[in-house]
Amino acid sequence: MTTKTKKGRIVIDSKLCKGCYFCMSVCPNELIVISTESNEKGYYPARFTETKDEKDRKCTGCAMCAVICPDIAIEVYRG
Amino acid sequence: MEKVVFKRPKYMKKAPFHYCPGCGHSIIHRLMAEVIEELGIGEKTIGVPPAGCAVLAYDYFDIDMGEAPHGRGAALATGVKRILPDRIVFSYQGDGDIAAIGTAETIHAANRGENITVIFVNNSCYGMTGGQMAPTTLLGQNSTTTPGGRDKDRDGAPIDLSEMLAITRGAVYIERTAVNSIKNIRKTKKAITKAFKVQMAGLGFSLIEILSPCPTNWKMSPVDACKWIDEDVMQTFPLKVIKDETG
Repeated sequence: MTTKTKKGRIVIDSKLCKGCYFCMSVCPNELIVISTESNEKGYYPARFTETKDEKDRKCTGCAMCAVICPDIAIEVYRG
Repeated sequence: MEKVVFKRPKYMKKAPFHYCPGCGHSIIHRLMAEVIEELGIGEKTIGVPPAGCAVLAYDYFDIDMGEAPHGRGAALATGVKRILPDRIVFSYQGDGDIAAIGTAETIHAANRGENITVIFVNNSCYGMTGGQMAPTTLLGQNSTTTPGGRDKDRDGAPIDLSEMLAITRGAVYIERTAVNSIKNIRKTKKAITKAFKVQMAGLGFSLIEILSPCPTNWKMSPVDACKWIDEDVMQTFPLKVIKDETG
């Protein structure tokens, strides 16, 4: 059975992310957190908490995180 | 079927930005690349990066670019546009570049009505050199050369360059926007689109002033820097269409 509401998904490139917290501050469902491990530049990158197979996914693919991301580190998928 | 709703624009190279975390420059770069892609002018756009933090913009844009000496963006863009009038030419400048070192070139390019677009990124300090006072530094704002805050009697008041340029006869479209929130980022994209359309229609000089966060030199977290733009910077530099003679 397919659900009627479309679900979204984001992919954060942890190599590009500089941990500015902008995406976390705009996500309406608070689905983004900061990693506990640093990337190769020494920044603690943002991490998306939902996995693709999870039930009741909350991400709608509104793309606000990607619009405000200064490092084009986020790609957004919907459908 | 899943579809991509947001990805890196075509004219933005897959290169990591050298900007500090939370810098507005890279947001503006991306918006410009999106606009260039949407207008279908990537193959005939020539950009002029400044001296300042955005000096390496040519490493990020996948379009033709020519570096200008400090402050001379409008002069170089004028030359490029006059030799190649069918190209879309923009100059990308910071506040130290356009409002201090390059004031003369900018005012005369606007007054002559050169058919170019200028993107003026205002972060109210000299970013690259370490946060010294710029002409656009707010009254009371701390900088490395105004510890304790900018004082009007000692340091002068901030310059309203966009308002000054609006009274020149050649300027057609001047707007001030910001990139500190989703709403303002969307408005900025619209403004850049309109500025490029003004140039494509051959109407004359267009300039978009963009208030941009500089968390490193403001000594704030990136999120606080965006709030500070809302609360303080916009009191001195209100967001508005300053001049619109596009008819």
